[in-house]
Amino acid sequence: MAKTESTLVNMVLALLIITAVAGGTLGMVYKVTKEPIAAAKLAKQQKAILEVVPGFDNSPTDEVYELTSQEGYVLKVFPCKKGEELLGVAISTKTDKGFSGEIKVMVGLKPDGSIINYSILEHKETPGLGSKMQDWFRVEGSKQTILGMDPATAKMTVSKDGGDIDAITAATISSRAFLDAITIAYNTYKKEGGKK
Amino acid sequence: MNQLQNFTKGFFKENAVFTLLLGMCPTLGVTSSAINGLGMGLATTFVLIMSNIVVSLVKDLIPDKVRIPAFIVIIASFVTVVELLMQAYLPALFESLGLFIPLIVVNCVVLGRAEAFASKNNFVSSLIDGAGMGLGFAMALTMLGAVREFFGSGKMFDMVIFPEQYGMLVFVLAPGAFIALGYLIALIDKLKKA
Repeated sequence: MAKTESTLVNMVLALLIITAVAGGTLGMVYKVTKEPIAAAKLAKQQKAILEVVPGFDNSPTDEVYELTSQEGYVLKVFPCKKGEELLGVAISTKTDKGFSGEIKVMVGLKPDGSIINYSILEHKETPGLGSKMQDWFRVEGSKQTILGMDPATAKMTVSKDGGDIDAITAATISSRAFLDAITIAYNTYKKEGGKK
Repeated sequence: MNQLQNFTKGFFKENAVFTLLLGMCPTLGVTSSAINGLGMGLATTFVLIMSNIVVSLVKDLIPDKVRIPAFIVIIASFVTVVELLMQAYLPALFESLGLFIPLIVVNCVVLGRAEAFASKNNFVSSLIDGAGMGLGFAMALTMLGAVREFFGSGKMFDMVIFPEQYGMLVFVLAPGAFIALGYLIALIDKLKKA
């Protein structure tokens, strides 16, 4: 087959056909993958909720409501109940004070505001340093853990800043950001009087 | 050149990373662990094979003057397909590679093979070339990832080999990528000459 000449008509036609076919294909793939992608995101969210407030028997994602923090972040609050009793709330919180961009954390608070557990949803911190967040703040019997702490009585800052928590070695900025995200969740939840 | 040579050239003789030094951005960026390197390598391999096939099939229909934009559209489409599929079926891997998947579009290896090989060769040769170059790229990324993971955090494919606190953190960070890559290139060069 002879090579198509580079005339204006041929060029326009070739590009038109290629972009049209590409667009069509992408549309199809998007449609096919739309549901699995949504399901994967939801599964992750549910896993995080289960991790931070275990033992509920309702469906927190159906009862979700939103609170706006002082900083203007819209936080999703997932109430976790066993029967009628409120076990706690899972709050998806975030901060932009990270070492490289946003950190999103799911944190579980008891109705009185003390911390049950947390789970990192998204971060872009340095691998091997800031990324240790997921495990660092739950090491028991140390000044690292935030589990069981009540931000009303404890100082939720790193010990370098006079707080009660030891920062991740060589990742103070990430640690500060992480605690900031938790504090945002706590303050916002408390401001609303811990309703529901 | 027979097809076997056509396939194997991607591993050493014309290896994208170690010999041609193409696609350095993902090479240095994602190889903090062996599994990330492998994932990125395989994603690139898929794009490379598919774009090589399509380019070799439509090469006669595309006027010369618009061939580069045409190739870019073809490559970008396959990259988006990979991105969507990964997000849907391998969310964990997608999270760790995240930002780098869309960057496959501008990976010189892919456009380079479309321009230098697929636009001049038939369908079968292009497929084999894509597979060879892609797997060679994946091999290089996995090796680099394994070296960095081993020295940096004492693991290999997430298996603990020695405790993490004895690891040299620099290997996990960006400078370690350059250092490890430099030594690997030197080593491969030595082996090629031997």
